[in-house]
Amino acid sequence: MADRHLAPDTPELRARWGAFEFSPEWKAKADKAIAKYPEGRQKSAVMALLDFAQRQVGEETETQGWLPLPVMEYIARYLDMPVIRVVEVASFYFMYNLVPVGKFHVQVCGTTPCMLRGSDDIIAACKKRGMKMGHTTDDGMWTLTEVECMGNCATAPMVQINDGNYEDLTVERLDAVLDALAKGDTPKEGTQEPGRHTSEPSGGPSTLKEMVDANHDYRSEW
Amino acid sequence: MSLADKDRIFTNLYGFQPWNLDAAKARGDWDNTKDILAKGQDAIIDEIKASGLRGRGGAGFPTGMKWSFMPKESKDGRPSFLVINADESEPGSCKDREIIRHDPHKLIEGALVAGFAMRARAAYIYIRGEYIREAETLQAAIDEAYAAGLIGKNACKSGYDFDVFMHRGAGAYICGEETAMIESLEGKKGQPRLKPPFPAGAGLYGCPTTVNNVESIAVAPTIMRRGASWFSSFGRDNNKGTKLFQISGHVEKPCVVEEEMGITFDELIEKHCGGIRGGWDNLLAVIPGGSSVPLVPAEQMRGVHMDFDGLKELGSGLGTAAVIVMDKSTDIVRAISRLSYFYKHESCGQCTPCREGTGWMWRMMERLRTGDAAIEEIDMLQQVTKQVEGHTICALGDAAAWPIQGLIRHFRPELERRIAERLPEAAE
Repeated sequence: MADRHLAPDTPELRARWGAFEFSPEWKAKADKAIAKYPEGRQKSAVMALLDFAQRQVGEETETQGWLPLPVMEYIARYLDMPVIRVVEVASFYFMYNLVPVGKFHVQVCGTTPCMLRGSDDIIAACKKRGMKMGHTTDDGMWTLTEVECMGNCATAPMVQINDGNYEDLTVERLDAVLDALAKGDTPKEGTQEPGRHTSEPSGGPSTLKEMVDANHDYRSEW
Repeated sequence: MSLADKDRIFTNLYGFQPWNLDAAKARGDWDNTKDILAKGQDAIIDEIKASGLRGRGGAGFPTGMKWSFMPKESKDGRPSFLVINADESEPGSCKDREIIRHDPHKLIEGALVAGFAMRARAAYIYIRGEYIREAETLQAAIDEAYAAGLIGKNACKSGYDFDVFMHRGAGAYICGEETAMIESLEGKKGQPRLKPPFPAGAGLYGCPTTVNNVESIAVAPTIMRRGASWFSSFGRDNNKGTKLFQISGHVEKPCVVEEEMGITFDELIEKHCGGIRGGWDNLLAVIPGGSSVPLVPAEQMRGVHMDFDGLKELGSGLGTAAVIVMDKSTDIVRAISRLSYFYKHESCGQCTPCREGTGWMWRMMERLRTGDAAIEEIDMLQQVTKQVEGHTICALGDAAAWPIQGLIRHFRPELERRIAERLPEAAE
């Protein structure tokens, strides 16, 4: 099991987050999420609401966001659940950050398919730029985490940074992505290999070639 | 013989064309879905049974039979649910992602067809949390389908009311296990339930529930349009249809590709992946079905039929058809040890043999990686894997045990070599 620890419950934490509530935008999303589930089953929406809360905290702190305990308590009240049930969920699922993270959460996949394609070099390149595994850099810009298989195995190695995936990485391509992010640019997501579209064989698909240039309808050939 | 493009189901697999409703319709999705529903529930289930479709999530259970376990009428007013497993997290697997981001309407139409056939009130699509962009696309596609009247009240003007909801996970491999997924949908930690009761009797909110993989659901409309005999014309007996293969690791061109079930390993690699890196003589081993299945050494992989039975004969499995290829540059002990770490990380902690065993096995594997062990410990590790396997509520314990067993079975001399080489070093 992964080690997960809550941030200490201090007076400062209470002072900063004790009055947290959803902004009108996030509240609208939260209420929409709750409506997906049958009457009385609103706690099914706890995962969505924790995600929204983390994102709002992220907006307020200009980071990827995290879940201070008072925020979890707010979600518990919102869904009429015991606080411990919310904390259980928040600590069980790896995508909820239990401590603050940086502006960019660099999550390098290190599981075997990525490892075979060179994720060691990707992690080393991140460290060379001053990142340290499991830590946030002093300037608050970068948090480095090694994550488990992200399902991009045919375009490995990859890194997920906040909401975007950057695939088919080499050290140079990773540096280009990180440089662009640092400058405030928005690098292209997906594969970083020139000429590759998504998960087709590099150099062009071996099948379905008609689809490259036109929305081909194969039904006439059935 | 090879699969022709016209017989591929996922024609927009690579996303060269838009995923949206208009483009999907132009490719043939949502084409008179009302007529499919008009055949009736039993006819749809019979057609899927006759097609020979087996679940694409790994276990390979016959899909039509699974649907037929659902109650035909509700005696106590409880609704039924379809849960679609899009929690694709098995290392090596990356096919459902392509369906969701490039052909989401096949999945949504499949949800309606399957949900109708099993008399479900709604489908919940449980998508893994890390698929953030994919979830955005899927939600947009669901919204389009609602706006067009294809799902929701009187779906496709069939008179049947059917909702499709997306539920995002948040980073837990275990939620791909069907009862853990149900727990998670209910807003709890994703810890698997004991079976029985099986989900078809008491699943989501205690209601009859069927959990199916994305690919199993997404192929259903095409099977209904082209007929069971079309689908079953591909592949060997008991292993019918087409399948998305995902080839990663040491091939020249890793890719996702739809092929006929039972295609030989050699053909799959040569035709789509540009061969093994460094040539066939450089192949060391293959994990043919995602991290949970035992590896197969190079010499046994040549010419093998890539289907459930073909790989079972080798003591491995098709799993999700996630083919992880390793050449001779691979540190094979580390490759498997990294999987042991994965299972340690992803154990939900509910059952002691798995919670404690996965950590123990990983630490032992790390010692074997460096040779810092005694020869007898190889057998001890083998025994421990046997004590984990089959002694847990769900199959994660088994999945953690099998890769190690495969390593010991096929690479024991390598483990012994590392120990032998380390001994004199340690003495110095």
